[in-house]
Amino acid sequence: MNFNEPHLDYAGISPLIALTVGICVVLLSAVFKPTKRWAPGLTTIALAATAGLLIWQWDDPKTLITGALRLDDLAISISLISILTAGFCVVLSLRERATEEAGSGEYHSLLLGSVLGMVLLAQATNLVSFFVALETLSIPLYILCATNLRREGSLESGLKYLIVGSIGSATLLYGMAFLYGGTGATNFAGIADGIARNGLDGDPLILIGIAMAAVGLAFKTSIAPFHQWTPDVYQGAPTPITAFMAVATKAAAFAVFLRFFDVALGSQLDDWQPALAALAAISIVVGNVGALGQDSLKRMLGYSGVAQAGYMLGGVVVLSESGTSSLVFYLAAYAFMNLAAFAVIVGRERETIFGDDIRAVRGLGTERPLLAWPLTISMLALAGLPATAGFIGKLYLIEALVEGDYTWLAVFIAIGTMISLAYYLRVVAAMWMRPETEVASGARPVIAGASPEADPVDPDAGSRWYIVGPALLAAAVTVFFGIIPQPLVEFASHAGAALFG
Amino acid sequence: MSSAILWAPLAFGLLGLFLPQKAVGWWAVLGTAVTLGLAIVAAVGFDTGSSAMQYAVDEPWISGLGVDYSLGIDGLNLFLILLTAVLWVGGVAFAAFREQERAKSFFFLMLVAETATLGAFLAQDLLLFVLFFDLMLVPFYFLFGAWGHDRSGEGGITASAATLKMIVYTLIGSLLMLVAAIATAVLAADGGHLTFSLAALNEHGLGEGSQRWIFWFFAAAFLVKMPAFMLHGWMPDAYRAAPLPALIVFSGVLAKVGAYGFLRVVLPLFPDATVEFQEVILMIALASILYGSVMAFTQTNVRLIAGYSSVAQLGFITAGIFALQADGSDGAVLQMVNHGLVVAPLFVVVALLLERTGTEDISEMGGLALRAPVLAALFLIVVLATLAMPGSANFIGEFYILNGLFEAKIVFAFVAISGVAMSAYYALRLYQQTMHNRKPEGLLSREIGLRDGLILVPLVLCIVGLALYPQVVLERTAPSVAQTVAKVRQNEPPESRLASMSLEEKAEVESGALKIVP
Repeated sequence: MNFNEPHLDYAGISPLIALTVGICVVLLSAVFKPTKRWAPGLTTIALAATAGLLIWQWDDPKTLITGALRLDDLAISISLISILTAGFCVVLSLRERATEEAGSGEYHSLLLGSVLGMVLLAQATNLVSFFVALETLSIPLYILCATNLRREGSLESGLKYLIVGSIGSATLLYGMAFLYGGTGATNFAGIADGIARNGLDGDPLILIGIAMAAVGLAFKTSIAPFHQWTPDVYQGAPTPITAFMAVATKAAAFAVFLRFFDVALGSQLDDWQPALAALAAISIVVGNVGALGQDSLKRMLGYSGVAQAGYMLGGVVVLSESGTSSLVFYLAAYAFMNLAAFAVIVGRERETIFGDDIRAVRGLGTERPLLAWPLTISMLALAGLPATAGFIGKLYLIEALVEGDYTWLAVFIAIGTMISLAYYLRVVAAMWMRPETEVASGARPVIAGASPEADPVDPDAGSRWYIVGPALLAAAVTVFFGIIPQPLVEFASHAGAALFG
Repeated sequence: MSSAILWAPLAFGLLGLFLPQKAVGWWAVLGTAVTLGLAIVAAVGFDTGSSAMQYAVDEPWISGLGVDYSLGIDGLNLFLILLTAVLWVGGVAFAAFREQERAKSFFFLMLVAETATLGAFLAQDLLLFVLFFDLMLVPFYFLFGAWGHDRSGEGGITASAATLKMIVYTLIGSLLMLVAAIATAVLAADGGHLTFSLAALNEHGLGEGSQRWIFWFFAAAFLVKMPAFMLHGWMPDAYRAAPLPALIVFSGVLAKVGAYGFLRVVLPLFPDATVEFQEVILMIALASILYGSVMAFTQTNVRLIAGYSSVAQLGFITAGIFALQADGSDGAVLQMVNHGLVVAPLFVVVALLLERTGTEDISEMGGLALRAPVLAALFLIVVLATLAMPGSANFIGEFYILNGLFEAKIVFAFVAISGVAMSAYYALRLYQQTMHNRKPEGLLSREIGLRDGLILVPLVLCIVGLALYPQVVLERTAPSVAQTVAKVRQNEPPESRLASMSLEEKAEVESGALKIVP
């Protein structure tokens, strides 16, 4: 008997192993010691170990598991963004009602499961690993959205996300079938070869495949017009999970967006480039207009996320090294800007009766300056004002767009940003400026999807370290990278070089 | 040196956050005074007669994106930096003498605003300029919105609505400018090394086609900031909402950043488009002069009179720049300084009037001169300078501007002259209605106090000093201006250059003493 042991690069898959072990340990800890609050600590350790192992592989690109995965700097940088977001989510989930109700161990192992999907997705170079990773990412999230069991909105959010997400996945899968049918290959490089070899340039089957795959990914990255689920799901889900979803899912999905369209479909550039550019433009307009006048901060951030996804899609459209780098830079900046905002929202949700309504932050400037500053910085950064990472991110993206001859899309970004000022600054004004009209106090607010009784008010929630700490940290990093962006630029340019260098 | 001037206010502002509320105002005054000291040292050491960049700093900032931390002082910005430093001392001291709500935040924002404004003047990297240009707005957004006056009871809008309007208007221009700035660098690099350095961009000209749209993106940003006619919609509400200490520096300095931007960025970088659209911009400038003047003599709110007169004055300055003659631009730079020095004390007086009369409406004022002759005298000097009385530096400035305009476009010059006449009307009307006439009942007529005198007198002395010796500005400005204007004119066809020359120059060309180099 001659048995060939398949070659496995254990160093390369060590981050995946660490996460998988982490999932099991967290789950088992909850089974055997349900009274001990070990899950957050263990989850943090698993995340830190994974991050450490990923950093160890930095600048050492390799292909893993017979070409199903590729661990390069793009994958690592995107994974690190996801892991960082998950870390913030763990801290923000402390004392969160959803965590208690769903069971801390289950909640955290689901979170780790989703991270595992993201780390896999960022490395995927094969249709099969691509789809498996996407589902590994999504399924735990469907459940996590619904973990706030006593809130109708949370359950609705989970169900809605499940249905819409499944439609997205199905569309993507159907598109993949077309591509496989046309080229006979599942790995990205093979698809590119197949298109060239079989003379499938501009073939309708391939085009349908590309279109459906793009639509599927647009669902995941919440790009208009496939974004309708975003505000509802963001609003209904427990806020730490919303934060995680808003940032990490987007990062991972954009990673595979880049890799798939570059490696597998790069030759079809002329066909999909204008289409994606149009999607980006639509997204910018729809997201920014939709966010105007939203009273729920989470809904507002949902719509703003749609617009921001449109900006970021620009980085995919130009398909260049600077485009990829700018996208990774923007994702990293976006992570910090959003996390600062969500941390403040979590705090205010717990200490006021207003939930995530904009009234919850009224007068925050005098009441809780330590929360008001992070939210202010976050809003200014999302609006792209200077001295924040958001400005440098926009600069980077616009530079890539102009270089790639998509100046009109850059102008769209500028126009979108102008519209966005109206709703970002509305939050800032609510915090620092005299209220426009005094609302009759004492009346219970009516907030869609939330029953106020379900959320007992902790009057000091906004001064607890696990709220103030993450908020201040994320805001400080946002400002730091706005003033000294060079380290993050280099980090991002590694990612760009991984795909194009 | 440039870096020290730039960061001194911010450093003081940050340290001020750790001081007790009572001391923070005077700490801020100290910060602005130190900045002024540094600026004066720079001005004293300035090499007159050179057009080169002095006190230059040039370090890579974001090397991956080609952005440099590049600062410098030359004839174009030297006096604007001084003006900024002077007015900030005045504005901050004015605030420090009075009780401020949330004093720490207030003074911190004032000092951040100074750093941002100085940054816009000092920057020698296009992107750095855009960055500071946008950043200027952020502290003023908070200052106007959180410390401003709610006018919703008087037929106006709330402070936060007014400030939102302002920021949306201004950022519409600035964001397009960001795209245009990036496009300028990318197109100039043409696949090579990307740089935003103004010096480098000056050497690589852009194609005429791309200059056109880029010109308008920049012009939009600058014209909104000034504000020019039709883009001034934010101005009345913002001026009515603004707290006066912030308005003193805002009206005195920020509008000039727009005009300065034309000189620093648009003329040298987009010379073809500048020549092509010269008349369009001149039309806008003239419209601003006429509209601003007419509005200024129909308004009764003192803030709005000052605000609309600024529209007119900035129209004058723009016209001077777009005469595309050395004279016109010399006059424009001088007039920027003059106007800053005039409008700031004007708002100090407005604040004093408000304290004495409790109203900002001139139809309810009058007779203040009776008991406050010193205040009235100081105000008179400011008013006479505003209307460009011969003997004031404003006269010299307007004279130079009109001179340049006459040489370039004589028709425009004739229209612009009517603005001079109108400025006399609204300035004197303002003075008469507030200081003369019968005193209404229940009106407090107090003399100017020592503290406010300490602010107003030095500012008036600056006006007088400049009136006595405007050469101090002109001789330092002229070399840089000459270089900028020459850059624009070099691309013009020889016939049109001949047509726009003065009579003596034409004679020289005919006699062969002067040659037109194509």
